[in-house]
Amino acid sequence: MPQTTPEVGGMGHSIKRKEDLRFIQGKGNYVDDVHLPDMVYGQLVRSPYAHARLKGINTEKARALPGVLAVITGTDLAKANLAWMPTLYFDKQMVLATGKVLFQSQEVAFVVAEDRYTAADAAELVEVDYEELPVLVDPHKATDPGSPILREDREEKSNHIFHWEVGDKSATQRAFQDAAVKVNLQAVFQRCHPAPLETCGCVADFNRATGRLTIYLTSQAPHAHRTLFALVGGIAENNIRVISPDIGGGFGNKVPIYPGYVCAVVASLTLGRPVKWVETRSENLQSTGFARDYHMTAELAADRDGKIQALRVKTLADHGAFNAAAQPTKFPAGLFSICTGAYDYPNAFCEVDGVYTNKAPGGIAYRCSFRVTEAAYLIERAVDVLALELKTDPVELRKKNFIRPEKFPYQSPLGWSFDSGNYQAAMDLALEKVGYEQLRKEQEEKRRKGELMGIGVSSFVEIVGAGPAHSFDIAGIKMFDSAEIRVHPTGKAICRMGTKSQGQGHETTYAQIVAQELGIPAADVTVEEGDTDTAPYGLGTYASRSTPVSGAATAVAARKIRDKAKKIAAHLLECSEEDLEWEPGKFFVKGAPSKSKTIQDIAFAAYTNIPEGLEAGLEAVDYYDPPNLTFPFGTYICVVDIDKGTGEVKVRRFVAVDDCGNVINPMIVDGQIHGGLTEGLAIAFMQQIGYDENGNVQGGSFMDYLLPTAVETPHWDTDKTCTPSPHHPLGAKGVGESPNVGSPAAFVNAVVDALSHLGVRHIDMPIAPWKVWTILKEKGVVS
Amino acid sequence: MAKKQLVGVKVNGRERQAEVEPRLLLVHFIREVLGLTGTHVGCDTSHCGACTVVLDGKTVKSCTMFAPQADGCELLTVEGLMQDGQLHPLQEGFREEHGLQCGFCTPGMLMSSYVLLQKNKKPSEEDIRWGISGNLCRCTGYQNIVKAVQFAAARMEQGGVK
Repeated sequence: MPQTTPEVGGMGHSIKRKEDLRFIQGKGNYVDDVHLPDMVYGQLVRSPYAHARLKGINTEKARALPGVLAVITGTDLAKANLAWMPTLYFDKQMVLATGKVLFQSQEVAFVVAEDRYTAADAAELVEVDYEELPVLVDPHKATDPGSPILREDREEKSNHIFHWEVGDKSATQRAFQDAAVKVNLQAVFQRCHPAPLETCGCVADFNRATGRLTIYLTSQAPHAHRTLFALVGGIAENNIRVISPDIGGGFGNKVPIYPGYVCAVVASLTLGRPVKWVETRSENLQSTGFARDYHMTAELAADRDGKIQALRVKTLADHGAFNAAAQPTKFPAGLFSICTGAYDYPNAFCEVDGVYTNKAPGGIAYRCSFRVTEAAYLIERAVDVLALELKTDPVELRKKNFIRPEKFPYQSPLGWSFDSGNYQAAMDLALEKVGYEQLRKEQEEKRRKGELMGIGVSSFVEIVGAGPAHSFDIAGIKMFDSAEIRVHPTGKAICRMGTKSQGQGHETTYAQIVAQELGIPAADVTVEEGDTDTAPYGLGTYASRSTPVSGAATAVAARKIRDKAKKIAAHLLECSEEDLEWEPGKFFVKGAPSKSKTIQDIAFAAYTNIPEGLEAGLEAVDYYDPPNLTFPFGTYICVVDIDKGTGEVKVRRFVAVDDCGNVINPMIVDGQIHGGLTEGLAIAFMQQIGYDENGNVQGGSFMDYLLPTAVETPHWDTDKTCTPSPHHPLGAKGVGESPNVGSPAAFVNAVVDALSHLGVRHIDMPIAPWKVWTILKEKGVVS
Repeated sequence: MAKKQLVGVKVNGRERQAEVEPRLLLVHFIREVLGLTGTHVGCDTSHCGACTVVLDGKTVKSCTMFAPQADGCELLTVEGLMQDGQLHPLQEGFREEHGLQCGFCTPGMLMSSYVLLQKNKKPSEEDIRWGISGNLCRCTGYQNIVKAVQFAAARMEQGGVK
């Protein structure tokens, strides 16, 4: 790939982010910053019970409060056929409860008032009469005959949602029968929540004069959301404009459509005034898209020398009250079948059953390409358990089983074609950086002294960039994505995308792709996303798909522009197109480099001196359908010390070697890795949305749902190898989620490694100090 | 509704006053009455620090105070960090060192860092980590925020900037 100058700032340059200037001056424009004339405020009334019959709602007192404009209930919505809405995954969800409530904090009524304080007051005055019902919390009891059936609306009177399986069951069974060594791991990937720092919200603005509805929305997928509002609400799609302004972090939380959005839209349609609804943090944690909640069993079969022969996985997925998973329709368990990992073996079988419980609906992909995090965690934990069983070093076991570089594209036993990889190279670099052998020696010495130190390794493989239209769609819409580039007469450009940044730096990185392909300096390229009236249609940003799909679209659109630019250059230089050569920024005549035209010259000519037979203008659009997904990978090594007195785990060192192919902006990639590792740390040690036996949510505010501060967060040591994707136009792969996918296993492996000589084989996350301390007490290490 | 109270503050060097309900949170006063939306709300339990402003030289989480409690006080928000049309070294540092991603925590981080550097001109990495420990960031993992504050400390020492 040709190297551009730093002034042009194409691929590989760590140019400073264009979006930063407004953020550091407090001039960002997030949804809650949107203030429209005549705007009013909505507040949801939520259920205190996890499962209860709704016997009546009295809104009289609330309506009587001065400043209150409307109180909407499920009964009101039912009249407009809006009491329920479809989820993103073949289910439906109550917008406002009718009949009964199915989880604590479920939406029951929506109050609209002149200001947010009055709306909150009025919500307190809504009187709801509940009759409590037996609560189902444990997913393992979901299909027990004695358990209450939660979903009376479904024809099937069962809490079972789906069974899904993939792989060769009988071949896998035979491999297990013949295997010399078998191990079994039961691991729960706990329910957690992405908790972006900005909660979800919207301003719905229905203009009665024009008949248009504008929705300012915390949306990772504004185009898809516009279509869903049109389909569900019966509003002509041309009369809906979704604007996703600056987004304060998403991590999957802002992919679904939530009841609050629908209520705000209904209220605005009813009142003819803009309605703002922004949830509180507690509402965010208690009711919007949770992630994970996978109760997994993995078995590995291997030869005595450690060669893996088969993997068998059985998983119970707790989806809460409604299956509101945000994932491609052909994949009820997302891309969980990436669970065979970085290893080469012939047999695998994976099955997943989804069930309903009295919990908030989901689950979404929390910084994750649809259940890839669960899969990577499971295989990387299971391999460590096998290493323990074989009494071999977990690094050696991984090396023995890695898919060799020459085997790519590699057909996995569960049906994926891994595009490219060199797993050993990434691992070797990580081992060298961390000083692995020395650490093992130190560990031995420490053990002799009774000190607890552990080293955890995770060599993960991801599957990102959904996805090829033949297999991937959400709600029927194929998972292509788009870019539209317009070059202005003065040689500056605007690039509009179907994706939507939530902090990933798209305004900078897409501009760098244009710079790479056209030689227009990145500083001269404006990137705009999130306005469905202006941007080309796309499925949005999640599952690390922006660079693999829209990034590719940007490159292809730029190349279309280059093709036209070549015709104009030939016209200007009075030669044939065949005589021209390109270098970033200009066409020149072969053998006569002084005879050249810059892209800026050509852009001007595209509007002022147009060759005969050519349309004016210099622009292109591309809707890119990726031929395959991309498969980023890496090796993470974590070193921990455990305080025996408190059970506290201290991460002493963390080395992360990532391979995401060709890099657009190394500074931004590093930043993504830092952030994802910190979220992985949080998941491994802190974050959990738990429930008590009555279905009361524990972890429903930042009091109980713990996030790491700068003090708990260690220094991250990052590096990279580069194995380009063979099918991506830029050789790039997705990266934003790798650290969150790959790191939980590294943390847990390190803690288990520190305790393995005591007979510890597994500890479920989050590994809070009390959990470690309890184990130390049980093992007689502390009294 | 309780009787409204007159609240007067000097914010970013400018005298402002308004009649508000006594229960109005300072953060809503700043955002919705004064129209300074750089200060954000990220939680409802005073944990996240997105609403951090400087009140009479000290950081406060403006969601934990009522507007009338700030009556007569001097406030500095992110909008007041620039001096003479120039970015404050902290603002520069955050941009140079990639100390922000989604930008939502950034104003609060800047204000906490600002007060830290007023008190401690040469903070160690540990000082900085503790100094911003009242502010949550979900994107950066803090590492580049630490570097940004170090950048600013060095720049401020060179340039004699406050």
